[in-house]
Amino acid sequence: MTVLLDPTSEHSPTSRERLARPPSLSGLTVGLLDISKPRGDVFLDRLHERLAERGVTVKRYMKPTVAKPAPVPLRQQIVGEVDVVIEGLAD
Amino acid sequence: MPDDLAPASADVPGDGLIVVVKRDCPTCELTVPVLAELRRLGQVTVYTQDDPAFPEGLDAVDDTALDVSHRLGIEIVPTLIRRQGGVDVGRTYGWDRAEWERISGFQGIGADLPAFRPGCGAKNLEPGIHEALKVRFNETGLSSRLVSLGSGEDEFEAMFERGWSDGLPMVPPTQERVLRMLSGTARDPAEVLGLAPPDLIPLTIEKVAINAVMAGCKPEYLPVVIAAMEAVLDPDFAMHGVLATTMFVSPVVIVNGPIRRQIGMNWRGNALGQGNRANATIGRAVQLIIRNVGGGRPQEVDRATLGNPGKYTYCFAEDEEDSSWLPLSVERGVAPGKSAVTVFAGFGLQGVVDQKSRTAESLARSMAESIKAIHNVKLVPAADAILVVCPEHHRTFKAAGWSRQRLLEELTQLCKVPGEKLVPGYLGIAEGCAPGDRDKVFDKIRPGGLLIVRAGGGAGMFSGIIGGWSAGGASIPVTKEVGN
Repeated sequence: MTVLLDPTSEHSPTSRERLARPPSLSGLTVGLLDISKPRGDVFLDRLHERLAERGVTVKRYMKPTVAKPAPVPLRQQIVGEVDVVIEGLAD
Repeated sequence: MPDDLAPASADVPGDGLIVVVKRDCPTCELTVPVLAELRRLGQVTVYTQDDPAFPEGLDAVDDTALDVSHRLGIEIVPTLIRRQGGVDVGRTYGWDRAEWERISGFQGIGADLPAFRPGCGAKNLEPGIHEALKVRFNETGLSSRLVSLGSGEDEFEAMFERGWSDGLPMVPPTQERVLRMLSGTARDPAEVLGLAPPDLIPLTIEKVAINAVMAGCKPEYLPVVIAAMEAVLDPDFAMHGVLATTMFVSPVVIVNGPIRRQIGMNWRGNALGQGNRANATIGRAVQLIIRNVGGGRPQEVDRATLGNPGKYTYCFAEDEEDSSWLPLSVERGVAPGKSAVTVFAGFGLQGVVDQKSRTAESLARSMAESIKAIHNVKLVPAADAILVVCPEHHRTFKAAGWSRQRLLEELTQLCKVPGEKLVPGYLGIAEGCAPGDRDKVFDKIRPGGLLIVRAGGGAGMFSGIIGGWSAGGASIPVTKEVGN
């Protein structure tokens, strides 16, 4: 019988519960995170307008580069300042 | 646990003399009369490693399974051991009359023999056998999960089915092969090199070795694979981004220093092509590690639109044999004479064909114009890049007295592009810089983003450009020294 050594991480990802969606954005602060992809700002600017029209408080954030994860201080700042965050993930 | 992995038992006399021999050893043959003398004089047990009938007439114990030899840690035959109360109290190797007299307690044995003859290597330490014994005695020291294949299961198909392959067949990573691979490094199999993206899994030397086996590496390549992984996992290289981007890139591994020759790498003809085991398998091991340990697979976290053929393997050595240019590693701060790897996030090869330039100035202009085409002639600053200078092109720079640094500076100047050639609509192309940037001058290559290396066969005025990523220096080349 052939016995092989497992080349993988032998790691099974744990699934995490999603946070409950807020019933409404009323009274909440929404963060818009620009991941520094070209023209992402065009999309986020429009979202900003639409949210502002509905009286929602909006804060804007930006990752220094699309290529790396957001720095920890930025993530902590976002967590401390907003209730909901909207982030684009692709082109 | 399967039967063939059950711990082997080997009963060894707790008291008296033991001699371990094999027929395939002239020194063992030489000592046969001494063994007969010892047998007449007292209690001696002879174990034979290769031929149960050897030595004749001495009731030798068959140790062709080598269990006793392994338990006793025999390294040389013949070995004479005195045991007392279950432990060794004296041991000697080869034939050394004085030592044999001291340990056996009998003077004048082997009087007709020369005073000294060195022994031979023990069979239990032969490559392949030693690893199998460690497996049989559960002494591998490895911690990875054992995957037992079904008796009717084809081991090559099994690896494909488990998702371990890059699409090509692989060498099955048995415990014996992985132990042999680990003999290529002095490092602890449990040592962690860093977190392998995208799953951020601690990457151990053991997992590197398993994937190196599958890639087809020899043990002596392992230090290069380890150094390449240390470079790839450096935060400056940003492997997560290199993997996840829709761009074409993947790690290109360039090897410098004496290890290139020691492991038989190719920097000559077809250096970036197929046909050299070290080049091919080192690059492949890097890819398999990201796939299997990091969990980075195409159409999952690897979002490449097209990818490139180098994502199977992309590794070559630099031509250092002409000393007119310093090796890349030395230019990047590694001490001369040391081996090192440099990793670069690159994609496929774009040729620079110039068979007519006979001056450094003309040739540099040729190369600069080709570099300007990376990604798109209308895009700046477009990309990092590697310029691979072939010997016939290098000859022109050498004759002109241009160092690598001089060429770099000239190319940097020649790769400046005026905004008027980049504005949207120029050449009928919408891509380009901002409309208001017409009067600016742009660098095509990010400062520090151009590597120049030498490789290739002696004939052909064909250099190459390996384009890189665009994300503003998000992944920068990393150089690491090769350890042991």
